[in-house]
Amino acid sequence: MTWLTWRQFRAAAAMLFAALAALAATLALTGPDLADDYATGITACTTQPGGCSDFVPQFFQDHRGPFLGVTAVVLVLPALNGLFWGAPLLTRGLEAGTHRLVWNQSITRTRWLAVKLALTGLAAMTAAGLGSLAVSWWASPLDTAAAKAAGDGFPRMGPLLFDTRGIVPIAYVAFALGVTVGMLVRRTLAAMGITLAVFVAVQVAMPLLVRPHLAPPTRSTIQITAANLGALMARRNGLLQVAVKAPDTGAWVLSNHTVDASGHAVDTIPCP
Amino acid sequence: MTAVIQAQGLGKRYGHGRRWALTDCTLDIPAGRVVGLVGPNGAGKTTLLNLATGMLAPTSGTIRVCGGRPAANPAQLAKVGYVAQDSPTYAGLSVADHLRLGARLNPGWDAALARARIGRLGLDPARKAGRLSGGQRAQLALTLGIAKRPQLLVLDEPVAALDPLARREFLQGLMEAVAEQALSVVLSSHLISDLEWACDYLIVLVDSRVQVAGEVEELLASHHRVSGPPPDPARLPAGHRAIAARHSDHQSTLIVRADAPIHDPAWTVGRLGLEDLVLAYMHQPASTDHNDRSTLEVQR
Repeated sequence: MTWLTWRQFRAAAAMLFAALAALAATLALTGPDLADDYATGITACTTQPGGCSDFVPQFFQDHRGPFLGVTAVVLVLPALNGLFWGAPLLTRGLEAGTHRLVWNQSITRTRWLAVKLALTGLAAMTAAGLGSLAVSWWASPLDTAAAKAAGDGFPRMGPLLFDTRGIVPIAYVAFALGVTVGMLVRRTLAAMGITLAVFVAVQVAMPLLVRPHLAPPTRSTIQITAANLGALMARRNGLLQVAVKAPDTGAWVLSNHTVDASGHAVDTIPCP
Repeated sequence: MTAVIQAQGLGKRYGHGRRWALTDCTLDIPAGRVVGLVGPNGAGKTTLLNLATGMLAPTSGTIRVCGGRPAANPAQLAKVGYVAQDSPTYAGLSVADHLRLGARLNPGWDAALARARIGRLGLDPARKAGRLSGGQRAQLALTLGIAKRPQLLVLDEPVAALDPLARREFLQGLMEAVAEQALSVVLSSHLISDLEWACDYLIVLVDSRVQVAGEVEELLASHHRVSGPPPDPARLPAGHRAIAARHSDHQSTLIVRADAPIHDPAWTVGRLGLEDLVLAYMHQPASTDHNDRSTLEVQR
């Protein structure tokens, strides 16, 4: 059964792993330079007056395109697994009627299903894991910079980086989802569509509805001082807008508001 | 001789409350026969074959095939070969791949037999199954079924999609395998003419019920075409049962099942061909009361 599963699956597997290898090779060639540039930049800027507050956001801005590009690859990889490996895994055979051929060889249906799920599922998890590993390694200086680039950065625990770094993409492998939907609707094309829709819904619902409640958030009240002042902008109506850097730059800020000296939430504070 | 298929009160209903696809099917088919399963489309032939191969689980009753529950375990699966309807094959796999598949998935695989058959058929081993003609694909599926070396080979409408020449070649190939191996065969068709020369045991399935089952010779010996003056139901002696009847003003023609010879001088008795016999059972109206077959069922 392993042979048959592999024989049916090898073309799809070869295609994805070839694409992953190309991605890994590109990352391997550019990664060391990127890390060097960042290390050199940091060494240079720490001795300068004002520290690295200009260099870090600039470094991130310079590499924003590729950073988002490779992150997107890791984000869609599980969806592709679910769409092109999971959904058709059983439905294609059911549509072509080949289950009636294979179920009448001398192996049980349980074994047939187990081998198919295990082999393809492992391959999907490996693909997601390798993709995430390569991107996490390549992007580590940028992740650091992104976290520090207050305002338009991406904190490590925030929705985008949390989903696309480390082992999270392995867990996100939508392969099982695809198989399940495929068994329920029994038509490949419909299964692919539903898998995509459900995967997107889960990707949106997890950071919005689930993850904020998994651990109690840390609340901190900080004073606006010259040290944590990010920017000052004069508005037309005579107000002065103040941007403040969060104390923990890697933190995922769920909400923030301004309080006055007595602790009441306010929109404006009169200038002293 | 042992039974190759034993069914007791077997029934299958798809979904809840829907029509029964097969009801109250009781069969005892001896081994070593080539069984023709005949009935109109939608009569329940595929359901019965799927129950026999364990593709479906029965809703009621029991079925045992080659002494075991169908598809219960690998050993049981090895005993039964099934060429399903439309001879499914993997379109993307080559002929050689299919043989490798058979070898990998069947402990009793006869590689020499499979290779010889493919060679004799002139199939290119490198050709993808999706590019074979319907007849070639059916032959490939049959090769997989035969080379598995089963005790029972089940074929569902194997020749329905084939042209007359391919039909004959397919059945000849099947009969050669039956002659070479001690193989029992069950094959279904909606046309008796497909199976007439091949099978020696017949099951007629109409309207999800088995109408008649038995050795072809016995069936032919016990069924008669009788004609005579319009009948009086009471005249039909005990043990005689009219299967079909056609009446005109002066004359009636009946198909009668009689275990004893018919001696009534009013009737002219003639022999019946297998095709007519099957047609008589097939054209029986969808009777609601199957226990009351001794009354004349008048058609048209």
